[in-house]
Amino acid sequence: MKLKDLAEKMGWEIVVRNAPVEAEVKSGYASDLLSDVLANSIEGDLWVTRQTHLNIVAIAVMRDLSGILLSNGVKPDQETVEKAMEKMVPIFRTNLPTFEAVGRLYQLGISGER
Amino acid sequence: MIIEFEVSGQDFKKAGEASFEIKNRLKRLGLPPDIIRRIATATYEGELNVIIYAHKGKVRVCVEDKCVDVTIDDIGPGIPNIQLAMKEGYSTAPPHVKQLGYGSGMGLPNIKKNADWMEIRSEVNRGTNLRFKVNINNKEKA
Ligand SMILES: Nc1ncnc2c1ncn2[C@@H]1O[C@H](COP(=O)(O)OP(=O)(O)OP(=O)(O)O)[C@@H](O)[C@H]1O
Ligand SMILES: [Mg+2]
Repeated sequence: MKLKDLAEKMGWEIVVRNAPVEAEVKSGYASDLLSDVLANSIEGDLWVTRQTHLNIVAIAVMRDLSGILLSNGVKPDQETVEKAMEKMVPIFRTNLPTFEAVGRLYQLGISGER
Repeated sequence: MIIEFEVSGQDFKKAGEASFEIKNRLKRLGLPPDIIRRIATATYEGELNVIIYAHKGKVRVCVEDKCVDVTIDDIGPGIPNIQLAMKEGYSTAPPHVKQLGYGSGMGLPNIKKNADWMEIRSEVNRGTNLRFKVNINNKEKA
């Protein structure tokens, strides 16, 4: 499913408005450890995390991820939003806990298999 | 072609700026995306280690015909036991750095995994020199 359709279906809040959301999302990775994501994410993953500081944008860019979903109702720092706008990285928010957010994605066929 | 960047210790706001720029330049050179991803990942890990542990450093990327050669030199505390530092899970990152999601002790193993060749030299109380190469035509790895 396209990132923008996922966001709408899931009711995620769109945090970064200018970023590309046409990408087809097939897979995801959930982690709050940045080196873990650098090591184990694959191209096109949607990354689910509760890290909110601006360095998450660089991780998404280095790994060519499709976007970032902030779970557990956390809010990104203002400088994270600015950096994401600059680097065109889509960021969304949900109030759901990570387990539930990921579970709902899995039901739509988004897999975490490596 | 040679690309060079300065990195300042503890500057988490600018973390990744060198790696962003290097990734952009490699993209413009038309290198394959998976090769760029490996170089970007390893460079980011090296850049972040300078920011987390050292006073300042320099990232130097040399694009050759057959490989990309990255050198990251820093002035800093150095690494007393490189073999230990290379072990997955070993980290001396302080709590405020761990809170940001760094410090899982995966950075150096990650560099090794993404590079085709890697070398670390270090002198305690002086600094660390990290160098790695990624072959441009080898699509076997990571
Ligand atoms: N440039 C450096 N200067 C001084 N010490 C370093 C440097 N790079 C790495 N180290 C030491 O080696 C350890 C392991 O580094 P590594 O990058 O593998 O993990 P980390 O930085 O602790 O965590 P992560 O990279 O997963 O966020 C560090 O905790 C630190 O003690
Ligand atoms: Mg590290």
